[in-house]
Amino acid sequence: MSQFLSISGLRATIDDQGSPKEILRGVDLEIPAGEVHAIMGPNGSGKSTLSYVLSGREDYEVTGGEVSFEGRDLLAMEPEERAAAGVFLAFQAPVELPGVNNANFLRTAVNAVRRARNEPELDAVQFLKAARAEAKRLSMDAEMLKRNVNVGFSGGEKKRNEVLQMALLQPRFAILDETDSGLDIDALRVVAEGVKALRSPSFSALVITHHQRLLDYLVPDRVHVMARGRILKSGGPELAHQLEAQGYAGFLAEAA
Amino acid sequence: MNAIGGRPSPAGGNNASGFLSRYAELRDSLPGDVCVRDVAAAQLEREGLPRREVEAWKYTNLRPLWDTSFAGGSAVQEADAGPVLDALLSTLGDENAASARLVFLNGLLSDGLSRLPGSVTIRRTVPQPLPAGLHPMLALNQMLSADGVAIEVPAGLDGGRLLVIGLGSAEHAPADWHARVSIALGAGASLSVLQIDQGTGCYLSNAAITVSVAEGASLRHARLQRDAASAMSFALVHAQIAERGSYDVFNLALGATLARFEVHARLVGAQAAVHVNGAQLLDGEQVADLTSVISHDAPNCNSRQTVKNVLQGRARGVFQGKIVVARPAQKTDGYQMNQALLLSEQAEIDAKPELEIYADDVKCSHGATVGALDEEQLFYLRSRGVPVPEARAMLVQAFLLDAIELVQDEPFRQVLDDAIATWWAGRAA
Amino acid sequence: MPAVAETISTVETLGQSTYKWGFETAIEMELAPKGLNEDIIRLISERKGEPEWLLDWRLKAFASWQTMKSPGWGKIGHPPIDFQDVHYYAAPKKKDGPKSLDEVDPELLRTYEKLGIPLKEQAILAGVEPPEGMGAAAADIDDEENAQRPDRPRVAVDAVFDSVSVATTFRKTLAEAGVIFCPISEAVREHPELVRQYLGTVVPAGDNFYAALNSAVFTDGSFVFIPKGVKCPMELSTYFRINARNTGQFERTLIIAEEGASVSYLEGCTAPMRDENQLHAAVVELVALDDASIKYSTVQNWYPGDAEGRGGIYNFVTKRGACRGARAKISWTQVETGSAITWKYPSCILQGEGSVGEFYSVAVTNNHQQADTGTKMIHIGKNTRSTIVAKTISAGRSDSTYRGLVRVLPKASGARNFTQCDSLLIGDQCGAHTVPYIENRNMSAKVEHEATTSKISEDQLFYCRSRGLAEEDAVGLIVNGFCKDVLKELPMEFAVEAQKLLQISLEGSVG
Ligand SMILES: Nc1ncnc2c1ncn2[C@@H]1O[C@H](COP(=O)(O)OP(=O)(O)OP(=O)(O)O)[C@@H](O)[C@H]1O
Ligand SMILES: [Mg+2]
Repeated sequence: MSQFLSISGLRATIDDQGSPKEILRGVDLEIPAGEVHAIMGPNGSGKSTLSYVLSGREDYEVTGGEVSFEGRDLLAMEPEERAAAGVFLAFQAPVELPGVNNANFLRTAVNAVRRARNEPELDAVQFLKAARAEAKRLSMDAEMLKRNVNVGFSGGEKKRNEVLQMALLQPRFAILDETDSGLDIDALRVVAEGVKALRSPSFSALVITHHQRLLDYLVPDRVHVMARGRILKSGGPELAHQLEAQGYAGFLAEAA
Repeated sequence: MNAIGGRPSPAGGNNASGFLSRYAELRDSLPGDVCVRDVAAAQLEREGLPRREVEAWKYTNLRPLWDTSFAGGSAVQEADAGPVLDALLSTLGDENAASARLVFLNGLLSDGLSRLPGSVTIRRTVPQPLPAGLHPMLALNQMLSADGVAIEVPAGLDGGRLLVIGLGSAEHAPADWHARVSIALGAGASLSVLQIDQGTGCYLSNAAITVSVAEGASLRHARLQRDAASAMSFALVHAQIAERGSYDVFNLALGATLARFEVHARLVGAQAAVHVNGAQLLDGEQVADLTSVISHDAPNCNSRQTVKNVLQGRARGVFQGKIVVARPAQKTDGYQMNQALLLSEQAEIDAKPELEIYADDVKCSHGATVGALDEEQLFYLRSRGVPVPEARAMLVQAFLLDAIELVQDEPFRQVLDDAIATWWAGRAA
Repeated sequence: MPAVAETISTVETLGQSTYKWGFETAIEMELAPKGLNEDIIRLISERKGEPEWLLDWRLKAFASWQTMKSPGWGKIGHPPIDFQDVHYYAAPKKKDGPKSLDEVDPELLRTYEKLGIPLKEQAILAGVEPPEGMGAAAADIDDEENAQRPDRPRVAVDAVFDSVSVATTFRKTLAEAGVIFCPISEAVREHPELVRQYLGTVVPAGDNFYAALNSAVFTDGSFVFIPKGVKCPMELSTYFRINARNTGQFERTLIIAEEGASVSYLEGCTAPMRDENQLHAAVVELVALDDASIKYSTVQNWYPGDAEGRGGIYNFVTKRGACRGARAKISWTQVETGSAITWKYPSCILQGEGSVGEFYSVAVTNNHQQADTGTKMIHIGKNTRSTIVAKTISAGRSDSTYRGLVRVLPKASGARNFTQCDSLLIGDQCGAHTVPYIENRNMSAKVEHEATTSKISEDQLFYCRSRGLAEEDAVGLIVNGFCKDVLKELPMEFAVEAQKLLQISLEGSVG
């Protein structure tokens, strides 16, 4: 049986003023269906890079390794194909789209994905109903739907907007890149609820975080430590506590 | 020499005919290869000097050039010019006064008054062959130029500071001169130049400056244009900047009745940079023009431009700035800002900031604003007891600050600051 | 009339028997012989049953045209136009029986289908809020009820095919309000004193090469007169179409809003696909008296030529409005996606104290299109204000230039201008240029100009794609966002359509 998500030996570089700089140096990671995994690791260790590579950002060049998602070669797919296949990335720094109405953007995205999945498209009324319901559940002001995508949103509002998108797009595999950073306590719970609501035997998530709090809510099945572009150690939820208590220094020394 | 084929002018002939006929007289006595000058003469004969219908001269009327009959430059005795120079040097501060200098008297290099620098090579030059289609003022320069110098800084050397001083005097008849200066920096070399132009009487100073900056070299060029009130002051810079090189020029226009400082800069190597900044403080009937064409020919280059006009009386300021980004010049970063302050009912500003862009991965922007002094700020200062003239001077100085502070050479910037202060003192009197 | 979305219905409702989109089918036409001379002008004038003064005016314009050269300062290039190789008069002959849409060129139909769009939904989600007082219902995203849009606003239409006005609708309703909306040829007959009073007073017959040509040979166009104090009860719209081969279209529009009157006027244009270039040289004159307001919107979708740059319309247009009265307001909004060459500068002469001029423009060029467009704001009166927002998008091998003049004359104390020009390049074979002219002779005036040029941000593109949008749709979305400040100035019907049009014009420009 093919695994749900399987990353092996993944290497990726970025163009750093003309010369390639290797950031992922052989990442190995298995995420079975229905599980929530967490990645922790020092700043600059390559966590966001991994999330970008998984969602198909073109600035990165994959120089080695494989990623299979439900038996398909994820790396060969275009970003929108990955979205249609159910991969969702909640960005660490969501982009602003001046002049693009949030509701319009969301519906276009939802319908593009629905089309690709052979599901009927939502008309404006259906969509708005769904969007407003989700917004309410996430304690978001429905006014945000009227504004331009992320323009002038506070840091926390941007993160909530990402969770709203996740809720509406109904992914099968979600990557949350520090979605918990900069959130107030209520919002943190909201994010956790957003993930929990999706939890099912056929949904998995990869949660990138620096804090224990979100993990307290989510209770990950596995915790991985990433440093210098590789997964150095994996363990159960207790690993996160250990890290919180001891910091990364010990692990890094151990691995060196 | 006949003005056949020239564009008809109201006078019925070629509007450059005065210059052309003088060239006919001087042709055999001018230094260098006469063929090179003939090419320029042929062009002027064919095309004349540009009129306002020519887009690039839309806002600056060269009519005074053909309405005045210039007699060339009379020789100035070094003994006469010496005190003038000393007086000037004494205002520049010790550090500058002690710097190496090239002194031109009515367009001719004065060996006696110049003080040559150590690490920099200075040669006399004659006009060099140039590709066809010369800039009209360059054609005029090329045809009549009587003297020129080449300044060369060898690779890897710091040429230090150099003053290039042009003193003019035309007490009796309108005079004209067409000096040439070429500055070439070898790879990694550096040089800081302060050019000062001033004089008395009615004259046309039409300088042509060639700048060549090799890989990683850096040239700083500040110019104080304080030409005589009835002078016509033209300076035309053609600059070429290679990879990682930089050329930083600032023009402060205070003098002359009609002035144009024009820069054509080409960024030909990756990561080259050019800054073309300037300020104009004008009064009376003065017209001053700052025109620039910055061509990005290579990728990852950077150009910056901040130009400020302060206009009093019936003065007219002109800013024309064009950034051209060629197809290969991806990742260009271009910025241009023109701000004008009109301090009187009759002052006028004409601005044309222009972008011409053929590469898609670029970041280019320009802005232009025109307005009067902020009444609220003025009131605030007055309510704190500052009298109107001082309050105005203060606000204008603040307005000029973000341009002036772009002059990187500290002692040179001081000279420009002092010149502005003097200008204000002159207004207040 | 929205140039496209309603085109099909226009064709149907007007029973345009003599008119087809199909470009291979010959249409019965009355054609004047090719070429331009006094006889042709006499013929046009005679066909139109014009009074002597108008013929004289035409002949004078022709005389001055003959002394002029076509302007060379635009950043456009084209082979010399043989003005003698054009038919200056072409009128469709009326025939009976409507024909079915089956004959419509399928390529065009597909375009309109794409534009036919569930307007309702688009409008709700587009976030395009209709400007106040435009009659279009606001779509409130908060309220499902409102999602069911009320009846589409009524629009009076004048359709001009090959320079001949073929139908004007809603004339009775308008007449009751005192509004005159009719073909200009009819206005010459029915309201000669009005036409004579205003024609050529904003764009003089000899104003420029193309205006002079138009003055000599214009055959029709729309005439609008809104009397004192009248708010025009519906939007007025003219739909222009070039149809016949080798004809030029030279329409002339004259709109007068008397004291306190107001009107919103829409103009749409299409042309069939032909592999030779066709000439379009229109003149539009607007006059606004005290407190009057004229809003003039254009969606220009003339045939742009094919991907190799064959064919397409040469569009040389002079549009100018005079704010003659105090507090008068003239607002130009244009979405220019068509034509092989666009050369137009809708301008405002701000004479009346406190008068207001606006110019909102989106110009999209793709393939081999060339556009040199912008505006002139001439501030003459005290406290006059102008706003310019120009968005330029270049793709393919096209070149697009914004060229604008802001001139503040000595008496225009307190004048204000704000200009924002943004250019977007898509692909590395196109060009986008910005050429503003700022001339200020009044110290109390304030002029601000900002311009930027960039490409579509990779980050934005990736963000959209990672949410499932195809690259082309993502580009469309971002481009529409880029243009929003302009699109929101359009009446709602137009705005939705314009958005679609932008996307269609950029097809094939990415990927
Ligand atoms: N465009 C780029 N050019 C050069 N280096 C880059 C670029 N993008 C990322 N990097 C480098 O790659 C490394 C990994 O970055 P990444 O964003 O993946 O880290 P991270 O683990 O997500 O860190 P954080 O916890 O701070 O979010 C960093 O050292 C970063 O500086
Ligand atoms: Mg990160």
